[in-house]
Formats: sequence, C-alpha cells, structure tokens
Amino acid sequence: MKPHIEFKDTQREIHYFRVRLALSLGFVLLLLLILLARFVYLQVIQQSHYQTLAENNRISIVPIAPSRGLILDRNGVILAHNYSAYTLEITLNKVVDLKATIDELAKLVDIQPGDRKRFKRLLADNRKFESLPIRNRLTDDEVARFSAQRYRFPGVEIKARLFREYPYHEQISHLVGYIGRINEGEAAQLEEDEMAANYRGSDYIGKTGIERSYEGELHGKTGFQQVEVDAGGREVRVLSRTPPVSGNNLVLTIDAKLQEIAEQAFGNYRGALVAIDPSNGEVLAFVSKPGYDPNLFIDGIDEQSWNELNNSPDVPLNNRALRGQYSPGSTIKPFMALAGLHYNKRAPGYTISDPGYFGLPGSRHRYRDWKKDGHGSVDLFKSIVVSCDTYYYGLATELGIDNIYSFFSEFGFGKKTGIDMEGEVSGLMPSQEWKQKRYKQKWYAGDTVSVGIGQGYNLVTPLQLAYATATLANNGVAYRPHLLKEVQNSRTSEKRTLATKLESNLNLNSEHLTLVKSAMVAVTQPGGTAAKAGADAPYTFAGKTGTAQVIGIKQGEKYIESKIQERHRDHAWFMAFAPSDQPKIALAVLVENGGHGSSTAAPIARKVLDYFLLGKVPQPLLIEDEAEGAEHD
Amino acid sequence: MIKRRLWQRFIAHLDPILLTLLGLLLLISLVVIYSASDGNWFRVLAQATNILVACVALWIVANMPLHYLMRAAVPVYLLGLVLLIAVAFFGEITNGARRWLNIGVTTIQPSELMRIAVPLMMAWYFEKHEAILTLKNYFIATLLLLLPVALIARQPDLGTAILIAASGFYVLFLAGISWRVILTFLIISMASMPLAWSTLHDYQRHRIMMLLDPAQDALGRGYHTIQAIIAVGSGGVVGKGYLSGTQSHLDFLPERTTDFIFAVYSEEFGLLGNLVLLSLYLFVIMRGFVITAHASTYFTRLMAGSITLTFFTYAFVNMGMVSGILPVVGVPLPLISYGGTSMVILLLGFGILMSIHTHKKLVQT
Repeated sequence: MKPHIEFKDTQREIHYFRVRLALSLGFVLLLLLILLARFVYLQVIQQSHYQTLAENNRISIVPIAPSRGLILDRNGVILAHNYSAYTLEITLNKVVDLKATIDELAKLVDIQPGDRKRFKRLLADNRKFESLPIRNRLTDDEVARFSAQRYRFPGVEIKARLFREYPYHEQISHLVGYIGRINEGEAAQLEEDEMAANYRGSDYIGKTGIERSYEGELHGKTGFQQVEVDAGGREVRVLSRTPPVSGNNLVLTIDAKLQEIAEQAFGNYRGALVAIDPSNGEVLAFVSKPGYDPNLFIDGIDEQSWNELNNSPDVPLNNRALRGQYSPGSTIKPFMALAGLHYNKRAPGYTISDPGYFGLPGSRHRYRDWKKDGHGSVDLFKSIVVSCDTYYYGLATELGIDNIYSFFSEFGFGKKTGIDMEGEVSGLMPSQEWKQKRYKQKWYAGDTVSVGIGQGYNLVTPLQLAYATATLANNGVAYRPHLLKEVQNSRTSEKRTLATKLESNLNLNSEHLTLVKSAMVAVTQPGGTAAKAGADAPYTFAGKTGTAQVIGIKQGEKYIESKIQERHRDHAWFMAFAPSDQPKIALAVLVENGGHGSSTAAPIARKVLDYFLLGKVPQPLLIEDEAEGAEHD
Repeated sequence: MIKRRLWQRFIAHLDPILLTLLGLLLLISLVVIYSASDGNWFRVLAQATNILVACVALWIVANMPLHYLMRAAVPVYLLGLVLLIAVAFFGEITNGARRWLNIGVTTIQPSELMRIAVPLMMAWYFEKHEAILTLKNYFIATLLLLLPVALIARQPDLGTAILIAASGFYVLFLAGISWRVILTFLIISMASMPLAWSTLHDYQRHRIMMLLDPAQDALGRGYHTIQAIIAVGSGGVVGKGYLSGTQSHLDFLPERTTDFIFAVYSEEFGLLGNLVLLSLYLFVIMRGFVITAHASTYFTRLMAGSITLTFFTYAFVNMGMVSGILPVVGVPLPLISYGGTSMVILLLGFGILMSIHTHKKLVQT
C-alpha cells in the first residue's frame, strides 16, 4: 500500500481547512433548521393539540358526592341516616410498596384479613390515583395513633366520609333495604341510562327495598370541582365549584313502632305481615321475618356472614311480604262468598247440609271438609264464621273457573299490586287459558273445587292479600298500596306529598258487603274460628283465618300437626280489618309452618290492631322499653 | 490612568463579541432557573456561583499563552485516562453506572475532564506530526480518541461517550482525514449497528425505543419525553409567559433545572423565545468559526474548530432530545442548564477560544 503523503503547503492546507470549516457551518445550519422545523411543527402546527394535553394534565374534574337522603317513618323516626366517620385511605400511586405500607399500618390500626381482601377488590376496579379506604370507621384512638405517625406514611390519609347506617338493624330491613358498592352491572346500567356522570364520586347505590326503589330521589345531584393538580395528582387550587345537591329525604307511610310491635309479635316464627290504610293505600307495616342486618352489606358483606344468610334454611334474604307466594287457603272464602252473591249463585239465606265432604257428580273422589263430620246446616254467613269447606266446593263448582278468575282478578289476585318497591311478584290466579299454556292441559272441574278453598293452583303474596283485604274493607274502592308518603327537599324542607292513586272501584253491592263483613266480624267473636284472638277486644274487627298446605295429604289420611316435621306444617294465614264499620287498618299475616291461622297468625294481628287502634304496647315490649328508658335515665 | 491600564490588561485577552453573547445566554440561564426551580433563589444563587467560578477559569485560560496549553495536553490526557481506568475498577456505582471516583475530598467525574482533554490531545498530536500526515497518524489519533470513549461507554455513559467521540471526530475531520476513510467508517458502522445493539444496556435500548414511540410507555420511561414535548408544544408561538408554564410549575416536567430546562424555557417563551435562543447559539458558533478561521497554527485551528462544533453538538442534542427528535441521553443545555462542572468545562473551552484569538493578535503585533 502506497503511503498517503502530503507535504506541508500552508496555503493549500489553510484552503482545505476552510473548505472543511465551511462544510461544518453548513452542517450546523442544516441541523439548526431541522430543530427550527421541529419547533414550528410542535409550537405552531400542533400547538392546540399540545395545549389540550397540557390542560388535561393540569385540570382535573373532581366530583363531590351528594349526601344521601334520609329515610323516615310517618312520624319522623329515622330508619336510615348518614353519619360522618374517619376512614384510612391509600392513594396507590403515591405509595411505593403497598404491602409493606399496609403491614406497617396494621401495627397502628386494626386491619383484618377481610379489610385487605376488600381493599384488593377495590384496587381491581379503581384507578391508580384514587384514594381508596383500607379501613372504615376508625375509632378515635386509632385516629390519634395514626395521626402521630402520619409522617411515616406518604400517600396514606385520614378522611372524613359519610356512612349509611340503619339503626333498626334486622327490623324493617326488608322494607328499607340497603345500599352497597356499585358493581359492574349497575355501572353499565347507569351508563345506559346516561346517569353515569351523576354517579362519578358515588361509591354506593341502593340495592334492595326503598333504597333501591327510590334511588333517584335519595341519591341527589353530584357536584363538581375544577381543580388544578400537579403531576402527583395533588390539588394545587380550586378553580371552580358546583356544589352537590343532597338527596331528598323520604317520609314513608310506615309506622316504625307498629312495625316493631308486629315484628316482635312473630317471635321466632318466620312469615310476613302487611298492614294497609284502606282509605288511601298507605302501607302501615311491612314485615318479613326473619330479617337481616342491612348494615352488613354496605361495604361488601364478609364471606362468613354472607354464607350464613345465604345458606340459612330460614332464607332471611327473601322478602316474603313482597315475593313470598303461598296458597291463600280459607282467606279467599269471603271473596268467594262475594262472588257467589255477585253472580247470583248464592242467596244469603241459601243453606246446604254439610256431610263433611263434597263429591263431583260422576266421581267417587271425596273433597273433604277440614271438620271430619261436617258443619251440619250451613248458610253463607256461617260458611265464613266456621270456614266451611264443603260450602265453597259446591259454590266454586257452580261459579266455574271463568267467573272466579274474573272476580278475583278485580281484587288484584294474580296481579302485581303496583306497590312502589321493586321486585314484586304477581302470585297466581289460575284460569283455563293459564293451565293450557302452562301444562298443555284442559281445565278439569276438580281444579275448580280446590281453587274454591284456596288450595288449588292459586298463589298469593302477603301484600296481595292485604291489598285485597283493604279493598274489601273499603267497600270495593281500591287504592294502590304505597310506601312513600312524602318527599322532603333536605335543603329547603319543601315537601311533596304523593297523590293517592285510586286503582279501581269494584262497585260492589252494599248488602253483599255488609253480609260478608258481618260474617267476618263473627269470625273474631265466640263461635268463630278466631274467637280466641278476638276475645275482649274493645273494638269490633273483621277477620278470616286460613291454612295453606305445605305438603299434600293423601286420600284417607289425616293431618296431625304434632306428627309432622316443623317445616312441613301448614302455613297459617290471618286477614283482618278494624274497626269493622270504619276500617282504619287492613292487614294480612302469614306465619310459615304456623299450623292453624287461629292459633299463630290471628294473635299477631290482634297485637298489631291493639297498638294501632288503642296505642296498647304488648307486655314483653313494654318491659324492654322500660328497661331502655331506665338506661337512658 | 493606572487603573485604566490595569483594566485594559484585565480584558486584553477577552473577546468582547463572544463575551456579550455568553453573557446573554448566562443571563437567560439565571432567569429560567428561577422559574424552573419555582422561585428558588438559592438555586439561582448557586448557579450564579457556578458561573462566577467558570468565568474565573475562562479568564485564566484566556490569559494563558498557547504553548502552556500545548504542554498540558499530554499530562492532562494521561491523567484523565488513568482516572477513567481507576473509575472502572474503584468507581462508585450510582443508578447502575460507575461514573464517579471518590478521591477522598470529593467525588469527581473524570469523563468531564476528557471533554477537553481528548480534543486537546488529538490537536496536539496532529500539530506534532503536521509536517507529513499519513494514514497511520489518523489511525493513531483515532486510537487516542477511542480509548477514553470506550472506557466511558463502558461505565456506562453513552451520552458523554458519543459527545466526546463527536468532539474527537471534529478534530479528525478538520485535520483533513480523507473522505474515503470517513465513508468507509460510516459504512462499517452502519453494518455493525445490529452488533452494537446487542452490546447496549437495557436502559439504553429503552431510550432508543422510546424515541421511536414514546407513547408505548407513557407512565414509565416515555413519560419524560412526552411531558417535555407537551411543554414545548403547548408553549405555542409566544409562550405561556414567564413563571406561567403549567407543565413546569405543576411538576409534570422532570429534571427541570438541568437536562430538561429547555422545556421550561420553551413553554414559557414559545417559538419566539426558541428563535432568540437558536440565534444566540448560532452567533456564538459563527464567532467561534471566525476565530477558528483566523487561528494562526494548526493546533489552534483544530482546537478552536472542535470546541465550537462540540458546543453546537451539545446544544443540538439537548434541544433535539427535549423536543423528541433524539433519544434522551442526559446532556445538559450548554450555558443554560444548572450545573457546576459542565459550566466550568464550557467556559474553559471558550477561554481557550479567546486565548487563541487574542494571543495570535499579540504575536502578530
């Protein structure tokens, strides 16, 4: 390789050097132009785009959740309210080692495995910069302990939040319901209803009962704050603020004390009671036993409590008053009697002779009366007082299912009452059409016989029976049952009373009504099926017992209560209204596996009526109340 | 009279044009650091101190006759090399890189010294062999360059390594290395790209990937770049106004007083501010080229040219990185970013430029 040699030639060398220097300058200018072009692109052409990005960085819209409306009974007794309590909250993106932080926190405040689990769940569906509670309802002690050590926990803060509380716990639980954390399905629904914006900042939504049915009234309107934030998401200053509007307070038609007495009257029995003011449809008591503690559900129920509630044979989560469907048994007899009079199939004086059973022509099957040897000579009045089955077997057969169906439908059987609570079921009023559709079978005469004493296909809810009773008490003028009496604006105290809704007027013959009602009064008097429950009542009240079979009894067998497992015993019904001439209250009681209506259901009704009409508080309750009073003193 | 002569002696080796330009840039530095530090006077004061120290260094070097500088070339270079080797063995590890050396009193970063030492050594070497330059000489000069560059790249400090390599390359280029060699080198380096990729550290690969698509890791490594681009872009034509940059003052920008100070400046002063800054840089570079063109010796020409071009490279790489056309390589914005060492090294460089300019005049008269 030939060595590349240049001899020193200063002039040439300087010339070469300057050429290279010029090239360098060109290089410099070119790169500066590229930079300039980049700046023009970013700062002129794309300026608005980056402007927006910078603004989005800077301004954060922070929702301010409204405080939820209160739920009160008709006398202003609080059934659901909010209280302020401290929570310990963690903002994830400010915490380096989450687990270590929680472990350290656990040394200061009580953090259960359940709290950790719940926090993990929250983490999964919330964003990194949101502050999430690791512990709710700190004690004053815990607040003090954490505050002293606060400097050790960046990203962990104590915040005051509003919590929902249901002071009645198990009582009234099915009526009031509860709120819980918004789940995915509900979030999607809110999105669909275009309500999602109003729920930004809300963690809770009504899940059952009034809390759910009147979610729209209770929730209120979310406020917004435009906040300037720094890169860490910390608020620097508030730019503008739209305050939230608190939810409305709801005044219910319920009388909490009446409800309490009714629930106590059930003792350990399961069942339901619905009491209605017949003159306007206001629901005075709405009981489903057993209840559950709605407070458990607010922040996500723990697994153990959930399993207990969910697997309990008592099915405490089932709202029996609204969703329990039972054979109506003999409680339908007053309505049957009215139908017989209405369709001219029975005159008041028409008498049958009851041998203790009924047979259809051309069939050897015997439909037995509950009284083996029969009631002897029975007219319409007596048929109700002694609850004669044979009378109604014959009447039903003569009326035919079509008449029964149309007459009962008018009283609301087989239809939702339209009460202002979600989840109502419709019960069942069978018809030829229904049977064809349901079983692909034609209607047999025998089907009608069973329907006549409420043991056939027909099913009613306690609410439906109470509604029908109220309609009967009000002489066929039906008001839609409702739980909400009045909506109060929590800020202005402005009140909005809900209009009573006339459902229908059955235009019943007043003579028929008088007859049936007087028979029902006789039921609670000596000689009637509920004579014991009616003993010494200072007011007259109309009633009717009923028994719904849980298991079928074979032909020729006898139902002996003591020999049957408790859960296979009959359900006991009692319907009543009082005072009989000017009814102020109509009710239906169901006691599951309570045996005869007269022995378990009617006494409950009596206690409720005594309190409602006389203000009389039953003995055990009285003692409790006194004890409580003493404590307060 | 005496006072006046003293003053004249004091400024005799300073270049008024260059000094004015540097003064303006340094003023901008103080103004922007005040904003970038959220009105922290201590930071401003500290930077003023840095500037003062650096100015003393500038004055001393400017007044130093050039043969002093030439004499210093070999010892400084060797010292730097020894320190770099020491770093490789005994250096302190911070952030996964071994860059600092604890010399008892304080910790030093020898790679900073090499910014001046490498071009100085190479210029000295070419001056020595000025009479007959053969390919061998270029080869040896390249070795003088690559040795420290390799050591720095291994630390790893890719940013500094590349910039020192650039400063050395400028010496080679101005010394007249043939186009054929440059072209061959370019082709070889292109071809060895995949190989180089495999030797890169993960974080270096990340930075290069981020450049291609910063959004793919918007909360992680791409975050700095994205926020910086938003700051620059949202500044618009006239900027958001001094002290009013939201990106800067609400903590969205990282390293606001150092590597990303340009984003603060650009957000608050906009395109017009950028034009002012680019112009100032361009004037400094043009003045540097004038000094280079009039330099009297081979050594001084190479030195002046390399210093000027290296200064430009720093400015370009920093602005390119902040505006998202170059990867994030941890290079401060020359004369603006907060920092003592880089300020001293930079003004030392300008001191050499002034020395080259003024001592030549003195020689001529």
